[in-house]
Amino acid sequence: MNIHEYQAKEILAKFNVPVQQGVVVNNGDEAAGAYETLGSELAVVKAQVHAGGRGKGGGVKLVRSAQEAKEVAETILSKPLVTPQTTAEGVPVHKLLVCPGADIEKEYYVGMVVDRALGPVIMASTEGGIEIEEVAKNTPEKILKEPVDPGLGLQAFQARRLAFGLGFGKDQLGVVCQIMQGLAKAFLETDCALMEINPLITTKTGEVLALDAKIGFDDNASFRHPMYAELHDSTQENETELKAAELHLSYVKLDGNIGCMVNGAGLAMATMDIIKQAGGEPANFLDVGGGVSEKRVTEAFKIILSDPNVEAVLVNIFGGIVQCDVVAQGVIEAVKAVQLSVPLVVRLEGTNVEKGRQIFADSDLPIITATGMLEAANKVVEAAKGGAS
Amino acid sequence: MSILVGKDSRILCQGVGRAGLFHTSQCIAYGTKVVGGVKPGKGGTTAPIDAGDGKEYDPLPLFNTVNEAVAAVKPDVTMIYVPAPGAADAIMEAADAGIPLIICITEGIPTIDMAKAARYVQEKGCRLIGPNCPGIITPGQCKIGIMPGYIHTPGTIGVISRSGTLTYEAVWQLTNEGLGQSTCIGIGGDPIIGSVFIDLLKDFNKDPGTEGVIMIGEIGGENEEIAARYIKEHFTKPVVGFIAGRTAPPGKRMGHAGAIISGGKGTAAEKIACLEENGIVVAPSPAEIGITMKNLLNK
Repeated sequence: MNIHEYQAKEILAKFNVPVQQGVVVNNGDEAAGAYETLGSELAVVKAQVHAGGRGKGGGVKLVRSAQEAKEVAETILSKPLVTPQTTAEGVPVHKLLVCPGADIEKEYYVGMVVDRALGPVIMASTEGGIEIEEVAKNTPEKILKEPVDPGLGLQAFQARRLAFGLGFGKDQLGVVCQIMQGLAKAFLETDCALMEINPLITTKTGEVLALDAKIGFDDNASFRHPMYAELHDSTQENETELKAAELHLSYVKLDGNIGCMVNGAGLAMATMDIIKQAGGEPANFLDVGGGVSEKRVTEAFKIILSDPNVEAVLVNIFGGIVQCDVVAQGVIEAVKAVQLSVPLVVRLEGTNVEKGRQIFADSDLPIITATGMLEAANKVVEAAKGGAS
Repeated sequence: MSILVGKDSRILCQGVGRAGLFHTSQCIAYGTKVVGGVKPGKGGTTAPIDAGDGKEYDPLPLFNTVNEAVAAVKPDVTMIYVPAPGAADAIMEAADAGIPLIICITEGIPTIDMAKAARYVQEKGCRLIGPNCPGIITPGQCKIGIMPGYIHTPGTIGVISRSGTLTYEAVWQLTNEGLGQSTCIGIGGDPIIGSVFIDLLKDFNKDPGTEGVIMIGEIGGENEEIAARYIKEHFTKPVVGFIAGRTAPPGKRMGHAGAIISGGKGTAAEKIACLEENGIVVAPSPAEIGITMKNLLNK
């Protein structure tokens, strides 16, 4: 789960990371007021959205008067923001952060993730403010890394190593170490999946500040962080994916015309792969999870069919925990409940598969059954073309 | 023959709530020697075993702590079904009690908890499989986890997989091709897992009862590539690989930092190319994993 820049800055500030101050506003008049309050000749109005690439999309603007702040704010708030990282529809903007202009001397990057091999790891680079993926790809030696012991946190010597590695001298050593250790502590204590300060800047007067910040939380830890729910902004997410998430279904919309419902992420990806190999295009990824009940299957069907491009549906269930007869009953009830109007191919395998197949055979619904994955894929591709139904 | 677990393995179960007890019962019905369960507050009592097969089974003795269970029934493997908030603690309790092999089935454990637990297990010199995995099975001898037992058949093919249901798919294909399995392990799909491909390949390399290995990977991370290089250098048996996610979109990014740490790596195309470069035969589709192994062995 991602949060906004202003929220991320509030969290970092609590962990003693110096962040650039700013005022959160909801409309043009508030933006003008914020400009006056800040008292800086140059100010920046920044759209608060979860997507990156805000600058390129026109979501970050410099202003030099209260009137300009008001006009710019009203323009940004008036329409969804489209950036290189959003869909063509963009994301809605409801809040803006107004910050004083910064007298930037140099920009750095600091980030933290949990790496599969290293565990929690803090990264820093002198190449801040730009496309950091490109730096990682082309000049990986420019990214410093320190693994962080999840129990002990980032040690002072590691923070010093990073600070000296970035070229900081004695004068700024203290504050840079404070930033590194604060970031690592915030990451571990709030269960982050991702934390970034990009850029971290030095000003011409020698200050070191977080100019922008990004935080993504580990959804698995939501049970011990009530603040996640408070910080959540559902307007920033795809409506269908959000609904799926509420039902604990893992759904990703794609561009094809064959809807799929599968149990298990690996099998779901493999099912998409084989649909493609059979000459079709998957319309979605959907992992229905372990408990394939009638209710879940019904909800999953509704989500799949909310995509108008879907012309046929493939259900591929390998029953391990879940029993095939239960799945079959669920599929039949769901088909009736949603009054399915596109061809449906079902492939069942696993516990009680014979009972499951019998349930389909006994039903009077036009369900196409298949035994292997390849047969299922071929049949659904055919059905989508209007052949088998 | 097999790796890690067999007919003499003595299994403890941590987390004997409704789901844990259901799966434990299924394991017992398969013939697995489950020697006890841990349920704080229920020590000294027993849990009824009902596998739904009409047979009668001895009730499972319960203990308050893993230490008590170790003293009383001497397990050498533990399987964990404890719900996510307490699962990392359960892993550490098992490691502290010195159980050498810990299988964690639980999904949804916070990543930071797992980072702590994985480190703890390593310091104690124990092995961890999972979390968020189907478990491990040596067909005909010992089933530890949630996989359907009947799709497996005893034999000589080892299976290692990051996925759950896709593993069942591959195993079912092997069984239908007449190829039994020595041991099948789901290593789990989480960012932090206890054992990766290479750890288990080393075991299979030493196992005279394993003649070939199926390795099922997914997009993301670099463990498949590390395993591929190990296979080329050291592995003496034929390997069939499969990577799920060829059609997965590159979007759904984890933000900048996620992409940085992988250096832009981890796509299916890159992984498949790396496997092939290192002499691994990659199954052309998920429906052809079994047949690909059969053809390779008949060469």
